[in-house]
Amino acid sequence: MAALEEEFTLSAVSLGAGPDGLLGVEQSDKTDQFLVTDSGRTVILYKVSDQKPLGSWSVKQGQIITCPAVCNFQTGEYIVVHDNKVLRIWNNEDVNLDKVFKATLSADVYRIHSIQGTEPLVLFKEGAVRGLEALLAEPQQKIETVISDEEVIKWTKFFMVFRHPALLFITEKCGNYFAYVQTFNSNVLSKYTLLLGQEENSVIQSFTVSVDRKFISLMSLNSDGCIYETLIPIRPNDPEKNQRVVRSLLLKAVVSGNARNGVALTMLDRDHVAVLGPPLPASKECLSIWNTKFQTLQTSKELSQGTSGQLWYYGENLFMLHGKFLTVIPYKCEVSSLAGALGKLKHSQDLGSHPMPHFVNWETSQGYGLGFQDSEPSKRVLRRRKIEVSVQPEVPASEQLLSTIKKDSEKHIEVELRKFLAIKQTPDFQTVIGNIVTGLLGRCKAEPSFYPRNSLMQLIQTHVLSYSLCPGLMEVAVEKTDVQMLQLCLQQFPDVPESVICTCLKIFLSIGDDSLQETDISMESVSDYSDTTQDEEMEKQTAVLQNGLSAEEDNGHQEKPQAAAGETTSCPVIPKRAALLNAILHSAYSETFLLPHLKDISAQHTTLFLQYLYFLYLKCSENATMTLPGIHPPTLNQIMDWICLLLDANFTVVVMIPEAKRLLLSLYKFVKSQICICSELNKIEVSFRELQKLNQEKNNRELYSIEVLELF
Amino acid sequence: MGEFTVHRVRFFNYVPSGIRCVAYNNQSNRLAVSRTDGTVEIYNLSANYFQEKFFPGHESRATEALCWAKGQRLFSAGLNGEIIEYDLQALNIKYAMDAFGGPIWSMAASPHGSQLLVGCEDGSVKLFQITPDKIQFERNFDRQKSRILSLSWHPSGTHIAAGSIDYISVFDVKSGSAIHKMLVDRQFMGVSKRKCIIWGVAFLSDGTVISVDSAGKVQFWDSATGTLVKNHLIANADVQSIAVSDQEDSFVVGTAEGTVFHFQLVSVTSNSSEKQWVRTKPFQHHTHDVRAVAHSPTALISGGTDTHLVIRPLMEKVEVKNYDAALRKITFPHRRLISCSKKKQLLLFQFAHHLELWRLGSTVATGKNGDTLPLSKDADHLLHLKTKGPENIICSCISPCGSWIAYSTASRFFLYRLNYEHDNISLQRVSKMPAFLRSALQILFSEDSTKLFVASNQGSLHIIRLLEGSFKHLHTFQPQSGTVESMCLLAVSPDGNWLAASGTSAGVHVYNIKHLKLHCTVPAYNFPVTALAIAPNTNNLVIAHSDQQVFEYSIPGKQYTEWSRTIQKQGFHHLWLQRDTPITHISFHPKKPMHILLHDAYMFCIIDKSLPLPNDKTLLYNPLPPTNESDVIRRRTAHAFKISKIYKPLLFMDLLDERTLVAVERPLDDIIAQLPPPIKKKKFGT
Repeated sequence: MAALEEEFTLSAVSLGAGPDGLLGVEQSDKTDQFLVTDSGRTVILYKVSDQKPLGSWSVKQGQIITCPAVCNFQTGEYIVVHDNKVLRIWNNEDVNLDKVFKATLSADVYRIHSIQGTEPLVLFKEGAVRGLEALLAEPQQKIETVISDEEVIKWTKFFMVFRHPALLFITEKCGNYFAYVQTFNSNVLSKYTLLLGQEENSVIQSFTVSVDRKFISLMSLNSDGCIYETLIPIRPNDPEKNQRVVRSLLLKAVVSGNARNGVALTMLDRDHVAVLGPPLPASKECLSIWNTKFQTLQTSKELSQGTSGQLWYYGENLFMLHGKFLTVIPYKCEVSSLAGALGKLKHSQDLGSHPMPHFVNWETSQGYGLGFQDSEPSKRVLRRRKIEVSVQPEVPASEQLLSTIKKDSEKHIEVELRKFLAIKQTPDFQTVIGNIVTGLLGRCKAEPSFYPRNSLMQLIQTHVLSYSLCPGLMEVAVEKTDVQMLQLCLQQFPDVPESVICTCLKIFLSIGDDSLQETDISMESVSDYSDTTQDEEMEKQTAVLQNGLSAEEDNGHQEKPQAAAGETTSCPVIPKRAALLNAILHSAYSETFLLPHLKDISAQHTTLFLQYLYFLYLKCSENATMTLPGIHPPTLNQIMDWICLLLDANFTVVVMIPEAKRLLLSLYKFVKSQICICSELNKIEVSFRELQKLNQEKNNRELYSIEVLELF
Repeated sequence: MGEFTVHRVRFFNYVPSGIRCVAYNNQSNRLAVSRTDGTVEIYNLSANYFQEKFFPGHESRATEALCWAKGQRLFSAGLNGEIIEYDLQALNIKYAMDAFGGPIWSMAASPHGSQLLVGCEDGSVKLFQITPDKIQFERNFDRQKSRILSLSWHPSGTHIAAGSIDYISVFDVKSGSAIHKMLVDRQFMGVSKRKCIIWGVAFLSDGTVISVDSAGKVQFWDSATGTLVKNHLIANADVQSIAVSDQEDSFVVGTAEGTVFHFQLVSVTSNSSEKQWVRTKPFQHHTHDVRAVAHSPTALISGGTDTHLVIRPLMEKVEVKNYDAALRKITFPHRRLISCSKKKQLLLFQFAHHLELWRLGSTVATGKNGDTLPLSKDADHLLHLKTKGPENIICSCISPCGSWIAYSTASRFFLYRLNYEHDNISLQRVSKMPAFLRSALQILFSEDSTKLFVASNQGSLHIIRLLEGSFKHLHTFQPQSGTVESMCLLAVSPDGNWLAASGTSAGVHVYNIKHLKLHCTVPAYNFPVTALAIAPNTNNLVIAHSDQQVFEYSIPGKQYTEWSRTIQKQGFHHLWLQRDTPITHISFHPKKPMHILLHDAYMFCIIDKSLPLPNDKTLLYNPLPPTNESDVIRRRTAHAFKISKIYKPLLFMDLLDERTLVAVERPLDDIIAQLPPPIKKKKFGT
């Protein structure tokens, strides 16, 4: 979970920041040291952990710094621009900015960008971009104009894509926004028009960006208080053309729609953004961390003295102007997962207080390995690599698990498996799971006493198994008469053969009520999932019973219902068994292959099942929509098909059983009444049609009318 | 845009005739359709399914068979025992030849197109040789016991299959003798029916004969052994038609229940070479008998008693998912059946064998948008004019002043003078029409009703001066030397100086009536013209084409107007281009020269040339009136196309005066009500 730590101010003395706030906060080549440029004449180098300035440089009176100072990571020098055109380069030893290297350029500079691993870039106000070296070689070179006249650069970002630098800058012209992506390996400039969608009237107030393999994800905070995301392809399909990109709503109303002061947005990692601004129209300004994946507010901090609406994020620190002080708020985050949110993820605590997010989990497996955050990109990548490296030399987790399976105890396997499953899916997840199941089943065969029930249940619930992937699984479950497992298999596997369905049916019908109750207990103690289904089924069952007030006298053969089901006595089977039978009804089959197996079911069980089906049918026909209540109940078609199948398979037997006689009679009555209804409907169909015609004629207008029509 | 009083007319009691045959021509991508009244229509499938030609029907000429032969020659045969060839250029019947075998039930052209085979009532199958300008009887095949209802050639041309009653015969073409006789089971759903009629046969190149019959069966026969191979029972009623694709990998059958089934030759298992015929798709686009089906390379075409022509594209054959991939249902003719006298508020309705003249009612009330006004006078049926003779009416027109009515059949031209005395109306036929005025494809009166323009089927245009009760021939524009193409559309300028005429393919010719000479020719366009009109004052010619393009051509300037160039440069709105019925009428606002009114069967549109054109992003059609939008937004979203879809199917629409419109609708329900009842199908229980 993301958390904000205690804030601290960097400068004891207030900076000479006017209402515009700071020009910028930039990293220097040493960790923990940052260059802060105020909007006047001063650049200060701070060491954050010591909370003190290391150096300060000012330009002459009358000059004004127009672009935040940056550090050239290749040389360790600092660069700043004053009076739009004058470039100054100095290092730590220099005292007076007036005496350091100076170059006067031929055009106004918008910003200088510098990130680790590449030379600094100079972006001119007209949209042209130059490398620093090339520029210094010939400072007075002619700078071309890239963007059109009224376009103004609003925001810009420099980052690495596949080890190649790329520059993104956003321009605005009469309320329209354009994004330019300049890649330097191919030297292509692509232009995109940002389509604002319906929120045309709102103004974009802040941008932030993240990059993955294919897209630059540009997030923008609008004046309506919502965050929108725009995906810009890294490789343009057709760089010549002006392409359009649409944005989509990511988060709604994170700040108040009409914030007086500026609001700011910055991306912390793939799933977290920091937003600066008042959450409610009247409230004080707040720094909030939002999880975009789950759309939740993770944490927030009130900034009572107001801010300048600027926010920077480097490493683990958020920089902002709080009142008149430059404030740093350290920020920590671990990658969120649903399991984490629910408290189920076992955090490996060995990393201890290390504030780095556990990036290995989801991103590497999902192919986001090269994605990075918007700040300190190269370092971030490096760090992540380190973590990956620390994992890789070990044996893959699955192999480890497989070896565990071969020798360890059930309990231990279970724990290991849980750990394994907590790590999210790799592309070969299905095969790995298949291997694990095969390994488990192999050991089951070898050791009759070995039956890792919980592990198997867990594996089935990964939703990647099918019957054909592990044919032995159901066999083992049948052997052990593990109805809960069988039910789960029937629910999860799309390809259970008819013979196995039939075997399951036999078990479900023959298993004693007492042992069913027992399984219930064991189910409760083991798996939440089967628990909930069980509950659902129970609920549904009770609902059925409550609705069906008429206790059907036709059901001669009845069993004592469970106490929970109340005094309703109509259902011929207990809810637990009903749940099992429903799993059968839901499974897919083909008649031809099922029929021969159905013949093997004993007469008594056939009758019981028929009674249950008939009971369901009665319930169905009680309401107009012909459906059963509850979540995912058997459909009428499934019920009818099974009745027909059972009768087809066992007709001669059923006819001979005295206790089935009543049932057959009532079924016969039902069918007969249905035929009657159909024939009656057919008879009155003509009348229906006449009625319909009359109805139409009523709506029909006269053959001739004079009407008034206004065209707009 | 303004408020209009609309005369909403629904008393045009027009019922299209049922479709009897369809024949698809692969070479020209055209479809010939014959109807039960003998009308034959030609649809150009490449030109947005436009009905570009038609041959008027004839009471005694019930067409039973239709086929293309020798490339693009069209033949039909019918119950009067005649084989007819149509002249597709002059739009008349080239010749009719008696086959001397009694009523003809079936006809098939040989695979090479040089021979024609007809099956007659007397059980004979007759072979005709197609010569360059006629057909010549060659010989008879062995006579069968009963009528030959269906015929099919083997693709090699060596054998034919003939469907009769209760059996199918296979003939050897060389000897003319029957080599096999395959008896069809009479059993129908277990009950022995009296007879089993073979409605259709298809001979495939592997020797398989497919038959469809009145017992609802589709059967596959081996013609070499004369044995039944496979039987599909597909309907409880007759299967009436069959058509096989050129590749012989799919065929289509139509049943009397209105269902069309698609059969395809598919592999038994994947990647096995063994293939079998499988019924793949049923389509229910018809309510009545599907009397005829055709199989184009990309679509299934069906038509029947319910008068719709349905073109159902095969999605797997359609490469681009454009508007051609949509289902087409063509019900109404793509030409005008209604003319109107604006001055007297009269409507003239054209039926197959009579004309009806109606006077519109009136009202004194006013109202707001959507109101129905109380009538102070109802519409009057003034006249019911029956034609003489068995021929269908080709075209008709009433003069703008309302005192003249002209119409034409295939062989006679009629002109009537109407006199109005209070509520009485008297009709006087103008006798002694000149010999050259025998048949007209299009008739038009000048705006002042003093001149009559007649487009004859020889490509010539006659101008006749109308005097009180008589007439005088003024001039005839002969067709350009070398062309015989007939003019089907005429337009005259309101000042009477210009006459525009268009055929089916060549460009639009504009004649100067004062100097009686050809003024200019509008450059030919790929798609046929569907409607023409000349605007008042400016004399701009507005032309609508079947691909939904609209051009405006300045006659005095002999060039396209600036507006037309602009709209061509920008392109029409995509929804405009996707409409599937052609524009059939264009007219103008008498007071607002910038307004053009045009309509197709499902909408009418007033184009205001002064407003900006819509682009693909703007909403072309907005059915909701602007309620609370501010004027600014309304002005910003306003574009040149003002569309209304209130009246549909719309057969005619015109501006009577600047505030009054007349709209003639023909609701489909009213047509269905006049059709025979369809085969009853059980709705409840199966």
